[in-house]
Amino acid sequence: MSDSHGHDSLPGLAHQFDSYEQQRESASLGMWAFIVQEVMFFGGLFVTYLVYRREYAAAFAAGSHHLDVKLGAFNTAVLIASSLTMALAVRAAQLGKKKPLIGFLVGTILLGSVFLGVKTVEYSHKWHEHHVPGPHFAFESTGVHGEPIDPHNAQIFFSLYFAMTGLHALHMIVGIAILLWLIFHAARGRFTPDNYNYVEGTGLYWHFVDIIWIFLFPLLYLIGRH
Amino acid sequence: MSAEAVSPRTNYLNAEYGVSSWLFTRDHKRIALLYLGTITVFFALGGLMATLIRLELATPAGDLLQPDTYNRVFTMHGVLMIFLFLIPGIPAVLGNFLIPIMIGAKDLAFPKLNLASWYIFTAGGLFILWSLLNGGVDTGWTFYTPYSTSFSNTHVIATGLGVFITGFASILTGLNFIVTIHRMRAPGLTWFRLPLFVWAHYATSIIQVLGTPVIAITVLLLALERMFHLGIFDPAYGGDPVLFQHLFWFYSHPAVYIMVLPAMGVASEIFAAFARKRIFGYRFVAFSSLAIAVLGFLVWAHHLFVAGISVYAATVFSVLSMLVAVPSAIKVFNWTATLYEGSISWETPMLYGLGFIGLFTIGGLTGVMLATLGIDVHVHDTYFVVAHFHYVMVGGTIMGYLGGLHYWWPKISGKLYPAFWSKLSALIVFIGFNLTFFPQFLLGYLGMPRRYHSYPPEWQVLNVLSSAGASILAVGYLMPLVYFVWSMRYGKPAPANPWGAVGLEWETPSPPPTENFPETPVVVGEAYDYTQRNYRFPLRDRHEVANV
Amino acid sequence: MLKNFPLLPPSASTLSGDVDAVYLFGVAVAAFFSVLIFCAVLFLAVRFRRRSPDEHGTPERALIWLEIAWSVIPLVIMLGMFGWGAKVFFDLHRPPSNATEYFVVGKQWMWKFQHPTGNREINELHVPMGAPVRLTMTSEDVIHSFYVPAFRSKSDVIPGRYSSLWFQATRTGTFPLFCAEYCGAEHSRMIGHVVVMEPRDYEAWLVRGASAQTVVASGADLFGALSCNTCHRTDSAARAPQLAGVYGREVTLADGAKVKADDNYLRESILNPAAKVVAGYQPVMPTFKGQISEEQLLQLLNYIKSMAAAPTPQQAILGGTEAR
Repeated sequence: MSDSHGHDSLPGLAHQFDSYEQQRESASLGMWAFIVQEVMFFGGLFVTYLVYRREYAAAFAAGSHHLDVKLGAFNTAVLIASSLTMALAVRAAQLGKKKPLIGFLVGTILLGSVFLGVKTVEYSHKWHEHHVPGPHFAFESTGVHGEPIDPHNAQIFFSLYFAMTGLHALHMIVGIAILLWLIFHAARGRFTPDNYNYVEGTGLYWHFVDIIWIFLFPLLYLIGRH
Repeated sequence: MSAEAVSPRTNYLNAEYGVSSWLFTRDHKRIALLYLGTITVFFALGGLMATLIRLELATPAGDLLQPDTYNRVFTMHGVLMIFLFLIPGIPAVLGNFLIPIMIGAKDLAFPKLNLASWYIFTAGGLFILWSLLNGGVDTGWTFYTPYSTSFSNTHVIATGLGVFITGFASILTGLNFIVTIHRMRAPGLTWFRLPLFVWAHYATSIIQVLGTPVIAITVLLLALERMFHLGIFDPAYGGDPVLFQHLFWFYSHPAVYIMVLPAMGVASEIFAAFARKRIFGYRFVAFSSLAIAVLGFLVWAHHLFVAGISVYAATVFSVLSMLVAVPSAIKVFNWTATLYEGSISWETPMLYGLGFIGLFTIGGLTGVMLATLGIDVHVHDTYFVVAHFHYVMVGGTIMGYLGGLHYWWPKISGKLYPAFWSKLSALIVFIGFNLTFFPQFLLGYLGMPRRYHSYPPEWQVLNVLSSAGASILAVGYLMPLVYFVWSMRYGKPAPANPWGAVGLEWETPSPPPTENFPETPVVVGEAYDYTQRNYRFPLRDRHEVANV
Repeated sequence: MLKNFPLLPPSASTLSGDVDAVYLFGVAVAAFFSVLIFCAVLFLAVRFRRRSPDEHGTPERALIWLEIAWSVIPLVIMLGMFGWGAKVFFDLHRPPSNATEYFVVGKQWMWKFQHPTGNREINELHVPMGAPVRLTMTSEDVIHSFYVPAFRSKSDVIPGRYSSLWFQATRTGTFPLFCAEYCGAEHSRMIGHVVVMEPRDYEAWLVRGASAQTVVASGADLFGALSCNTCHRTDSAARAPQLAGVYGREVTLADGAKVKADDNYLRESILNPAAKVVAGYQPVMPTFKGQISEEQLLQLLNYIKSMAAAPTPQQAILGGTEAR
């Protein structure tokens, strides 16, 4: 992949670009376009959720009541903190400070892992309570205030709970994998103030995943709670 | 490639040899050819399915295939043609090849992502191919619930996964094009100096990025429901089967504009080149592409007029569907006006262009009829709809695709194809197409439902006409396959500008060098300017070295 | 020759002519513009044929008025088509109030019909000419679609809810019925007929095939057999809302929301009573899901709908009706 354009290729400048600025702007626009399509992806789930929440309000409230608000709130705080460490990592890359960059990336991974660990605990609780949709699903027929509900509607709630938080968790796992890759390259001095697009792009992605959770938490965990 | 001594490594085809130089390429032109190969295979398979359908329907009784087999055949025809041919089609082959060249860039913004897109597309295609070889799917390409979630005994999940994966490739291609068009234009190439082909692909890419994720999540929910009986679309659980339809069509309607907008872009290029003048109403055509992309997202429920949506909702979607027809009409009129005071040459690409404009007009106007509520109740889910969408997708998109292939083949391959056979094949395609699909409008209004394996005998005559047309159409499609391949070995070498057209792609040799241009061009005027030269190559102009 | 090669299906309902009219207008518009474009393009492509190899065309300025004209004129025509089509659509969805209600259950791969008199049919529906017929339909399994080309009407038939379609036949005859939503292996054979008879012949036919009970009577039996009357009763022991005259009325729910007690509401109240509980009542009604079939549900519904509102003592005094 040689550059035959009469100017020497600059380090870290891909051959199709003419300048670091063009490369950075392209990477940024590309990541934003990617985020937009992720919004549409989760958006389909959110629309489905909203339709059924309106239709089966009591069953959804009952299902939500069986989610652990404390763990959910803790996880929210953990994710917000991880966005902070991520933002600090981007800043470090921007300033060319390798050690803080790696440190903050590691911090982000740790916090993300804590989030996933807590989710694993929550999922196992759901499994033992027979709230996982499928052949072993069982849910009582009374709602939060003792009103009768249809357990099938509660199953829809839990289906959406697992689909939404599961998809979110999948995105976090991918994010952590990318962070590991970033650390690998950061250690090799790959990122400079001229060229830290991958770090910035990952930051954007991580913040997006965080924002999705910030919507998921109240919609799933806080129905009917005051 | 000539049979003489090894040619000097001057262009992207002979820059490197060997399978791995193709499979690991980052050159957008090679990736375009990789796509050309795979989508041609899928088109052939989809065509085989179509052959079986028309053979079966030549007689009223269901006597060729078992009903269950027939259902799988028409489903796979739809899945293969839509997801593996029409949606990737023009953007992946012609868009990939031409967009960087048309904007004076060395490649797309993300060449490695481009290659990854091809691999992802092929992987998705392999899932669908596996499903096909293991009996296919029988739900219809629309996968309506609860049939697809709770009743079908076929490989719905595998096929759905294939659709999901190819959708991801579509998103990445769209993303790549958007960034490329925004950031990689040559100096002086402002938005309103871009070729309309680029505008069309820009609009298409917006739809790909915004719409495709919705079908991705829909297919994912479908698969999860089927695997775990979640009940999201199952009425026995309180689920809503019509919700699936809303989610499905929210993408699948804009998807038809993914299929047709690039063909409109090709049409613009062909009309400008073969009338040798700029497109009349350039800005109107450019903005119409964007308008189609935006409005296309607002009309999905016109597929649900008889599914029980409220009459008021139906009214809203009917009006919006009328609106989306307006920008298409604007384009058709502008293309027609372009011919006035043109210098028109009746070569093969122009024949396809002329066919496109007529057939797309019929297809579009029958779409307006379908958007008319009182008419739709009667013709929904009949052959009238089948005829309509084949007019726009085959009469529109495939004519555009073939026209584009014929127009740019000399640039892509460096060879000329025989004019006589290509014009003959265009005529055969046009005749075969109309004979196949026009009778279906009549069948639809008479009441023949779609996806029917057998039908009342009074409809046989029209069905036989349609099947006869299909056999002619098949001949028309096979011919280019033969002479394009022939031309690669025996065709005359093509000059840089065989048509005498204006555009950056004609300023570089046929085939182009890997880096497209030896130096970045500078653009000083509008597109399609046949009165003066608007592309400057400072070094070349200074040294007056002929690259042709 | 056209008799042997029809372009339109038989016209057998009061609205088929309206549908054909808007269709033919659409055909005329489509044909006009298609021919216009075809001819213009061919004419121009010949008239301005290239005369020498280096010739090029003469560009013109953009003409804004022309762009506006050929945007606005098609838009106006299409909005006209929209308006006309919407009117026909509304007519197709507004059955006359005196329409007789028939019941349709679609299932893979047959149509089950029940007349209000209780007569049952499979794949064939006999109806009287000249009388409005309203079909209340549901599916037992997947989505089907009830389509009679001669009446120009169609409606999807969906599991879990009711949909409806109405027509008034204008001539006698046997008209094909098709399932128009792909529903599995035998979709193409889920066909039948609507047989339109002279009213007297229809009455005779009904008597010949009379079932033991009308739909309403079957529903009344079920109402007792399923013990609905233990709570839904008119005396002071009632623990459930009065059902007489409830159909079509607006009902206030426990959370304050108001809903119309239509077919789907009544059906939901039987299958999923907790979903919408009426204000002022305890949520104690059990669900009957799995205990009754679609046809029994339809019979119950029709019994409930037949319960005419008896004036309450308060109404008798005040002279009005509540919550209408």
